[in-house]
Amino acid sequence: MKSTTFSGAARLLHWLMAVLIIAMLFIGVGMVSTVGASHDWLVPLHKSVGVTLLLLVLIRLAVRAAKGTPPLPADMPAPQKAVAHLSHLVLYALMIALPLVGWSMLSAGGYPITVWGAVHLPPLLSPDRGLYASLRHLHTYLAYALFLTVIAHLSAALMHGLIFKDGVFQSMAAWRTRR
Amino acid sequence: MPGYRVQDILSRRSLVSLLAIAAVAGGATAAFAYAGGWLSPGRLQPAQIVNALEGHDGKHDGFRRAHAKGLCVVGHFDGNGQGLALSKASLFRQATTPVIGRFSLAGGVPNAGDGRVTFHSLALKFDLPQGEQWRMALNHVPVFPVATPQAFLDFQLATTPDPATGKPDPAKVQAYMAQHPETKAFADYMAKAPLPSSFANANYNSVNAFRFTNDRGQTRVVRWIFTPEAPFEELDKATLADRPRDFLFDEVAGRLAQGTLVWHLSVILPNAGDPTDDATKPWPDDRQRVEVGTLTIDRAVAEDDGPCRDVNFDPTILPAGVSPSDDPLLAARSSVYAVGYTRRTGEPAAASALAADKAFPAPASSQPAAKESAQ
Repeated sequence: MKSTTFSGAARLLHWLMAVLIIAMLFIGVGMVSTVGASHDWLVPLHKSVGVTLLLLVLIRLAVRAAKGTPPLPADMPAPQKAVAHLSHLVLYALMIALPLVGWSMLSAGGYPITVWGAVHLPPLLSPDRGLYASLRHLHTYLAYALFLTVIAHLSAALMHGLIFKDGVFQSMAAWRTRR
Repeated sequence: MPGYRVQDILSRRSLVSLLAIAAVAGGATAAFAYAGGWLSPGRLQPAQIVNALEGHDGKHDGFRRAHAKGLCVVGHFDGNGQGLALSKASLFRQATTPVIGRFSLAGGVPNAGDGRVTFHSLALKFDLPQGEQWRMALNHVPVFPVATPQAFLDFQLATTPDPATGKPDPAKVQAYMAQHPETKAFADYMAKAPLPSSFANANYNSVNAFRFTNDRGQTRVVRWIFTPEAPFEELDKATLADRPRDFLFDEVAGRLAQGTLVWHLSVILPNAGDPTDDATKPWPDDRQRVEVGTLTIDRAVAEDDGPCRDVNFDPTILPAGVSPSDDPLLAARSSVYAVGYTRRTGEPAAASALAADKAFPAPASSQPAAKESAQ
């Protein structure tokens, strides 16, 4: 019989990434809007957490492919199911795109790409001023899109947990894997 | 159990839950807006400083918002090993590191005349092994006119030319100077200190202090200075206005067409009590200096064909062994330069003043001598 909850690995990755993504959105929006001393440590932190999240989302996709996902409730209307699937597609697309756009943007700007203190990543593309500017703006717009998608995801999850009480919230929030 | 229909969701028994969810979503959005500065108009943001620079000198698409006029240079650095006692930065090994850089004059007008009492500057990018970089933005004057980003903004705004007269409002300048004796002291210093006659015979100073860490984990705060081998000569300030528009850039490009230029890099160690968080305060001349290597500039290239135009010389791009000090200007320089960089790279690159200058000496590779040998 198929599990009613996500696998333990999927739940661990979800909550770890949830914390890191929310922190990342706040670090990003904060560091570009300050001239204060925090800028000195927020920028390196943003790059390090960004590349960590890129690795985690790749692992998460592998776990998802291997372990599968619990089905949505049978009585959930088809349009709502479609919205749920689409919103997860958008979340994954943004989780993959944001670090890659950030990495590409730094490459196009000719910047060193230093993460975790001392690791230097290779550039993804050659320096190109126009491309830098475009990717820099794209990074901001995608980050706003991810913030709004996360808020929508959180609100929908809470509606499942507090109003529908249909097990969808528990499928990710449960401590133990259930059948 | 409520169903999925809209009338179920909006029913009275769901009301408290809906309000709680709205509070969570709204609260998170408000926190995000606060972090981004949208709810705190009093917070000094980098864009305000870039706007002030554009307001001060006009907005010149495609150019740097400060130090708009410049010339690319290419060279190398030879470390002598002495610096490793202070910092583990690989630049200090007994090795040769490739460097690109840019001579520039302060100000945001790309085709301004060179005959001005202002900074002669040199920006450098050292390409270290394993993709590490060290970027520097150096001035011929060891100190800066302001100590904080807020003072920088206030100084720009106070000295912005009045559209009616084309000159800053003396009352605003006076009011600013009364609040900022450090800027007044700087202006007095610039008025009386000799200006170098060339980019080639100027000192280039780190301006801000930085933290050095060696491989034993010992940390010191230092400044540094590049001192030229070319002998110092003074520019005649009385005849500045009569000089050709690009005379300083033409002069240094002419020197580089003849041969290389060399500077010695010395790390300056402060005594206890020397300020590390205030770039307006000089350290006395008798402070210990450790010579750590030589910078050789081999050739000059106009920005249009050069390797420096699209580089953001952010002085907080540092290798392992060097990190920012507690000087509040450093984070602001990084954050403000990033905004300026995004703006100008999003605009089409325009021809530099030197590209159109007939007097500008051609790079060494296209000199007659090179052509003769090819014949």
